[in-house]
Amino acid sequence: MTNCYPTRSKQVAARMLGGEMMIMSAQNTTLFNLNDVGSLIWNAADGRTSLDEIVARLCVEFEVTPETARHDAETFIEELASHGILLLSDRPKEN
Amino acid sequence: MTLTIDIGAMPIAVTTDSPEFAALLQDRYGSFINPSPASEASLDVDLIPSRTIEEDEDVSVRLESNRWIITRGDFRAEWDPATGRGRVRQSINPYSIDGVLRILHSLMLARQGGFLVHAASAVRNGRAFIFAGVSGAGKTTLSRLAPPDVEVLTDEISYVRPAADGYEAFGTPFAGELARIGANLRAPLAALYLLVQGPENRIEPVDPAEAARAVLRNILFFAHDEELVGQVFQSVFDFVARVPVRRLIFTPDARAWELIA
Repeated sequence: MTNCYPTRSKQVAARMLGGEMMIMSAQNTTLFNLNDVGSLIWNAADGRTSLDEIVARLCVEFEVTPETARHDAETFIEELASHGILLLSDRPKEN
Repeated sequence: MTLTIDIGAMPIAVTTDSPEFAALLQDRYGSFINPSPASEASLDVDLIPSRTIEEDEDVSVRLESNRWIITRGDFRAEWDPATGRGRVRQSINPYSIDGVLRILHSLMLARQGGFLVHAASAVRNGRAFIFAGVSGAGKTTLSRLAPPDVEVLTDEISYVRPAADGYEAFGTPFAGELARIGANLRAPLAALYLLVQGPENRIEPVDPAEAARAVLRNILFFAHDEELVGQVFQSVFDFVARVPVRRLIFTPDARAWELIA
């Protein structure tokens, strides 16, 4: 995956409870539960933060190697993007 | 003729010109038929010739020009939430109108912070208890084992509405394997139990995240509508913050009810 800027879809309902991020797709009401890594990526996915920056945050937060962090982030982002929960852009969102 | 089907204190008036269909409704909804004509919503039923019912066909619920369009293999309905009026086109059978009523209630309830959930429920000593679980978890078994002082509200689909102090559960005619309509009662909700069959009867605590996840997984969602999904999602979190949710591990015999009081 080349560098990209993930954005949270607006077609979801999301809520943090007990350290767990729960997301429900309004398209098909599929429920997703995110772990710590997923929650960090989800919270960072504002359309202005690049995949590279997210990987760097994961390395610091979870003390993992850049290779591991990139692999985890790419897998997660691709999975959520395939469900339309994250939208991917090759450039940062304006304003 | 018009019959008012009063579920969850949200009466829906169903009008048909077929005495045969009216008799079928009377038979199907029994004690849920309310003789008083006041209603929150109304449906005119247009009957069409019978054809093969494809109940498995996916239901579609969508908002078009401020009207809900509800379709399944065996019916097509339209309902205007602003006026509360709608129409159903179906053949003479009890399953189609039942499907329409479930969906209509889920739409009306969502706006009020309530929901329908795949769960049995029952009233004991004036308090309601909900038993949620997937098919095979024991909803029907537990309902069948209910002792005489317990009134079963439903063995399949529970009806939950916020009340001044907590939540209320209502009986529904939406039956599962028990094939018996629930008691037409309402009671303040005391607890929701997640059902698991096991080697002994006991109750375990459930943390709030698991409670929310479990309730969300068992909610009846029909409308793939952003606003409504958001409302129901929010309602479930409000619910688990106010209603105790626990796990009921039970052996399939009547002693499980000794834990429910």
